Amino acid sequence: MSSDKFDAGKPVGGLPSPLRRKLLLGMAALPAVGLLPRGALAQALPTDAVNTTKLAVTDSTVKVGILHSTTGTMAISETGSVQAEKLAIAQINEMGGVLGRKIEVIQEDGASDWPTFAEKARKLLVEDKVAAVFGCWTSASRKAVLPVFEQYNGMLYYPTFYEGLEQSKNVIYTGQEATQQILAGLDWVTKEKGAKSFFLIGSDYIWPRTSNKIARKHIEMKGQKVVGEEYFPLGHTQFNSVINKIKLTKPDVIYASVVGGSNVAFYKQMKAAGIDLNKQVLMTISVTEDEMLGIGGENIAGAYACMKYFQSLQNPNNEKFVAAFKKMWGANSVIGDVTQAGYLGPWLWKLTVEKAQSFDIDKIAVASEGIEFTGAPEGYVRVHGNHHLWSKTRVGRARPDGQFDVVYETADLIEPNPFPKGYQ
Amino acid sequence: MFEGYSLAELGSIFAMQGFAGLILFSVFVLMALGLAIIFGQMGVINMAHGEFMILGAYVTYLCSNFISSTVPALFPAYFFIAMILAFFASGALGMLVEWGMIRFLYRRPLDTLLATWGLSLILQQVFRSVFGAREVGVVLPDWLMGSVAVTDTIEVPINGLFVMGLTMAITVVIYAVMFRSRWGQGVRAVMQNRTMAGAVGINTEKVDRYTFGLGCGIAGVAGSAFTMVGSTGPTSGQLYIVDTFLVVVFGGAQSLIGTIASAFTISQAQSTMEFFLSGSTAKVLTLLTVVVILMLRPQGLFVLKVRR
Repeated sequence: MSSDKFDAGKPVGGLPSPLRRKLLLGMAALPAVGLLPRGALAQALPTDAVNTTKLAVTDSTVKVGILHSTTGTMAISETGSVQAEKLAIAQINEMGGVLGRKIEVIQEDGASDWPTFAEKARKLLVEDKVAAVFGCWTSASRKAVLPVFEQYNGMLYYPTFYEGLEQSKNVIYTGQEATQQILAGLDWVTKEKGAKSFFLIGSDYIWPRTSNKIARKHIEMKGQKVVGEEYFPLGHTQFNSVINKIKLTKPDVIYASVVGGSNVAFYKQMKAAGIDLNKQVLMTISVTEDEMLGIGGENIAGAYACMKYFQSLQNPNNEKFVAAFKKMWGANSVIGDVTQAGYLGPWLWKLTVEKAQSFDIDKIAVASEGIEFTGAPEGYVRVHGNHHLWSKTRVGRARPDGQFDVVYETADLIEPNPFPKGYQ
Repeated sequence: MFEGYSLAELGSIFAMQGFAGLILFSVFVLMALGLAIIFGQMGVINMAHGEFMILGAYVTYLCSNFISSTVPALFPAYFFIAMILAFFASGALGMLVEWGMIRFLYRRPLDTLLATWGLSLILQQVFRSVFGAREVGVVLPDWLMGSVAVTDTIEVPINGLFVMGLTMAITVVIYAVMFRSRWGQGVRAVMQNRTMAGAVGINTEKVDRYTFGLGCGIAGVAGSAFTMVGSTGPTSGQLYIVDTFLVVVFGGAQSLIGTIASAFTISQAQSTMEFFLSGSTAKVLTLLTVVVILMLRPQGLFVLKVRR
């Protein structure tokens, strides 16, 4: 996989041999001698200097945590993130690791249960003393671990697009916050489709409700109309009544943030009820390539999705990323928005550590601002001072084969604004 | 909410809404029939009922993949084959579970609750290990998708009609088996008085096993049918289990007619309220109503009249 090097981080390691010999002498008694070329750089940057807070960093290795659900309901969604994070870590190790230290992963299972997430986060930070954690998916799990990360001063890289209204020294949000994802999409659909009325439908929890609140404000500020706003319990499988309501109100745009298994029921039943998504504009902020697998491309073809990444994106970074991902996880694997955001985490962390020349959490928290990753599959990203990413927003149109055609992308990177004024 | 619509438009919306209610009704009956036999007739609280349904859904998925790759000509009809296979797969697993676990617990209903809940977790993890954590997409033959235009403005989903037809057929078959056949007589005899039934020469163990298998088999068929309307994933069964128990308990656990009546009441209430109120509110109000009625009438809507 050495051909998968990205122009972002410069390969490190492989310093001249006197250092190496010295190291050999110094470490002769230790069993971990397999990583000598990398250890050489570590010697140049002694562990005492780059790790002043007793994290699990040695001369040749650094431990990080991956904390996602691999069992339970959320395993459906989180599997992709785990795969992307492991791919990124494998590639970084291939290039010589971080500050000459090979990354070792400790993976914990949050089991789709929020208290378990908190407990495992504590274990990773207190017992394993990991230098960073890549993990969490739902807002609920992030809210559960946040106090733990703040108390024990850990660093979490969180991949999901989410509702915003949060900012922490101890979290880097690699997905989009709500305004980044929503506003550009609404503007596009207004301009391109002449939309005047919207029907908002979502699952009943914090993310769809906050997102729709922002969407409604934006729609009404522009003098357009929201003709319906509906929420259904997670896991709801019967949408016939609301589909009739949609038929009755005849909205120009159905704006959907239904998640999980409900998605499948929603789109299948819309198709069965004769709503043709090639005629009826539907924009979703919750369906990625991952969800398409379950829904079936033929049931959702024609719908628009608004997010920052699609697997079909055409740029050299993404082509390399998709090829590497498929090589590692199988030719049939698909990559959704969150999976790509998961991939950014380890890279951003590596770049930050190298900029800070330290693994210390406090230094990383400060050094994160302005970190640029030019090798991102979504294109160039930059970390904002508020620990969110500057990123472009794109609109994709669902194809029957389960992929999206990218039909629009914003010209510039959109500034993350987790506390939008006038939208709360 | 109705200003600006012509009478004809409103008429057709209400007609479609009526159909939506009927479809929900069929879905509820289909979900609940298997459980009505297992819980209602046998008194086994089967928390793994949803997983038996999902087994049927996965069988459908495998069947669809197999047929589309080997004999694509058969694809339009594969759904029927899949449902039969689903019945036998879930039924066989049900009989195995009865033999290996349930039969030791007949006198300890609360223990069956725990045991079957454990079973449901095990099955979920098995599905996850075999089919992966992600949901699988079941491709349906074209004739099952889309809708029939009854008039210019009234459209009825075909898969909804299919579920309705299927539900009716299965209900009739169950009725015939339980109330018009010798075997069904045996089942009812065992359920009413196990000792006496044994004394007159009925093999009660065999009856138990087949009854449990039948209930699970029907769950499998229901799961197979639900691939048309819902998702197929390791934990999808959990989406159905609450509604299923709700319908059976509300109807009066021992009465098949009660199950149907309660499915009708709950589905109509829910679909009407969903239309006029919001989705979550409708669910809350439905559950509240059911709770209140069960407080006043703990035995459910219908009670089997037997001397005890």
